[in-house]
Amino acid sequence: MNRLRDKVERVRELVVKEFRQIRRDPRLNRVIILTPILQLVLFGYAVSTDVFDTPVYVVDHDRTQASRALVDAFTASGYFRVVGQSERPADLVASLDHGSAVVGLEIPRGFARQIHAPTGSEVQLLLDGTNSNTASVAGAYAERIVRAYGVRVQQREAVDLVDLRERAWFNADLSSRDYNVPAVIGAILMLVALLLTSLAIVREREIGTLEQLRVSPLSPGELIAGKMIPFGIIGLLDMVLVTAVAVLWFRIPFVGNPGMLLLASILYLLATLGIGLLISTLASTQQEAFMVSFLVYMPAILLSGFMFPISSMPDSFQWLTLLNPMRHYLEVVRGVFLKGVGIGALWPQYLALLGMGVSVLWFAAARFRAREG
Amino acid sequence: MIRINRLLAISRKEILQLRRDTRSLALAFVLPVLLVVIFAYGISWDVNDIRTVIVDQDGSTRSRSLVDAFHASGYFTLEEASATSEIDSRIDRGRAQLALVIPPDFSADLGGGTPARVQAIVDGSDANTATIILGYTQAVVEAWSRDLMLSKGVTVQPAVRLRTRVWYNEELVSRNMIVPGLVAVIMMIIAAMLTSLTIAREWERGTMEQLAATPVHRTEVVLGKLLPYLAIGLIDVVLASVLGVLLFDVPFRGSVVLLMVSSTLFLIGALGLGMFISAATRSQLLATQLAMVVTFLPAFLLSGFMYSVDVMPRGLQAVTYLIPARYFVVVTRGVFLKGVGVDVLYTQALMMIAFAAIGLLLSILVFRKEIA
Repeated sequence: MNRLRDKVERVRELVVKEFRQIRRDPRLNRVIILTPILQLVLFGYAVSTDVFDTPVYVVDHDRTQASRALVDAFTASGYFRVVGQSERPADLVASLDHGSAVVGLEIPRGFARQIHAPTGSEVQLLLDGTNSNTASVAGAYAERIVRAYGVRVQQREAVDLVDLRERAWFNADLSSRDYNVPAVIGAILMLVALLLTSLAIVREREIGTLEQLRVSPLSPGELIAGKMIPFGIIGLLDMVLVTAVAVLWFRIPFVGNPGMLLLASILYLLATLGIGLLISTLASTQQEAFMVSFLVYMPAILLSGFMFPISSMPDSFQWLTLLNPMRHYLEVVRGVFLKGVGIGALWPQYLALLGMGVSVLWFAAARFRAREG
Repeated sequence: MIRINRLLAISRKEILQLRRDTRSLALAFVLPVLLVVIFAYGISWDVNDIRTVIVDQDGSTRSRSLVDAFHASGYFTLEEASATSEIDSRIDRGRAQLALVIPPDFSADLGGGTPARVQAIVDGSDANTATIILGYTQAVVEAWSRDLMLSKGVTVQPAVRLRTRVWYNEELVSRNMIVPGLVAVIMMIIAAMLTSLTIAREWERGTMEQLAATPVHRTEVVLGKLLPYLAIGLIDVVLASVLGVLLFDVPFRGSVVLLMVSSTLFLIGALGLGMFISAATRSQLLATQLAMVVTFLPAFLLSGFMYSVDVMPRGLQAVTYLIPARYFVVVTRGVFLKGVGVDVLYTQALMMIAFAAIGLLLSILVFRKEIA
């Protein structure tokens, strides 16, 4: 019993010392607090696959009230804004080439007359496909606007045979921000856990302070615990900070149970800190540690379902994502934030995180011991 | 006075050091390849195989023909469920993305005057995917009801038809959009990873004192250190481009010379920025964190490489004008996909020159050899 208390006491001392050391470095302090917020703002505002205000260049050969009404229908939708207008198609081409417009709309001469004729009229839409997402969504919007315009012109009741009622669950107005901002927590926690941990340990080895700790009465296990716990606490603080900003500033709904988020974050940190520790045992210089961290971080983000849906990946990659702790963590984060689902639906994710956390940490600790012990 | 042989001596020293650190050097080439493969092969926004649960309460020939229409479209993976109560748990667990409910009076309404109702419930948590799914659903339902009207002998000619043509990336493959932009991101990563540490390392290891004792000018140190990384960066550009074009069929329609010249300019600016961070922080730990936030993340998120600048808030849009990668992505896309030349890209080319000059100037000015 006493030995356990001594153990805890020694780890506590080391944790206090580590925090004192971090506190003494004011620049590091700022980095620890500011980078997560900066990341949240960048990711929160920039990561959006919504399409609106798309710049459109109009070539109106007709120049009648009817053609202007069609252009107005485009701008009034909010999905498009007109950046230029002329009568020469060459201007449209130049504007697409320069990238000042992404969509070109060409209305033929005689448009006003043709729309009342039985054959109807045909307008041309040119899409700059370099951004494939914007192009396909903008094309779909244009299709809908033109169809609505046609119905209005014919002044016929929309005699639809089938009435499709659509409802979106969990995110009724289909804003991509609600989906993306909670996920930033996963990215930030991983960056803190990987980069700070691996670099800090490698630096201590380079400077030689790790050697000093080795001659102290600390056992390797205690040394690992003492080094990991401060970063774990920093990670959890970052999590709370980012969640607060997400809810208060970005107004992301939080319908689930905060306790479930905390539990998942602790399990996730076990796995990511374990990877950080593992990297520190592989790398001999800080540069190597940085590069290996990055080599893990980038694929982890890309294959987590954060920015790209997992269901669109090839099967082999979908299997690969199961090994990615961030994937499971994001499922919990999004489930807790947006769906408010409980442990009944999310237990497989918790189990996966726990399994990964324990096994990675165990493996990393064994390697660390072999190297430092 | 700047002497070229002293400058080259610094370069030689840096190369020797890089060669000894074989793992870092290998990683500098592995990372771009890995990124191109993941981006080009692994991920996309293209939505297919939509996991759909269908509750057909009507069970008539008509309702089954609608279900068949969904099946035939190829975008949906259908699974039947007997009751609407099953929808909840399937969407909660993410096992279904879309639920279609065909109510019992569907075929009766089709024969009568009232429109027959079909309900579509979509998991909206991923807004982009949800929008695309709803678009496909609408298209299937519309095509099906048009066919039904035709079979009844009713033809409706719309007043306006839209003929859509796509330029530059005719098939709308997200790979074609991402690979050219990735070239810019990879260069920023190289700059962040390799140069942000190069001067801070000398300070931490104490070798800066040795460098200080030698009669080299600070411009020579900065330029000398820059050259080897410039070579690595350019090799990475070629590697990523060749991989994208040969393995993943990304079109390359413009001039190779234009791409290489603008890449060199962009790289000089990025490397200069990395060295500036390194010299200013003098700590590898801080330099890496700063480099991530200052060089890599903006290039990744604010360049328009994946996410369109048009939909960002005004304040952030203003910031993107300060991000060199934003201009460079226009160049790479212009060269790869649009096949345009300097006559179109001159603004961007000027920006590259300005960026290179500023990056170099910053790194030279902040670099001090004096031991404080």
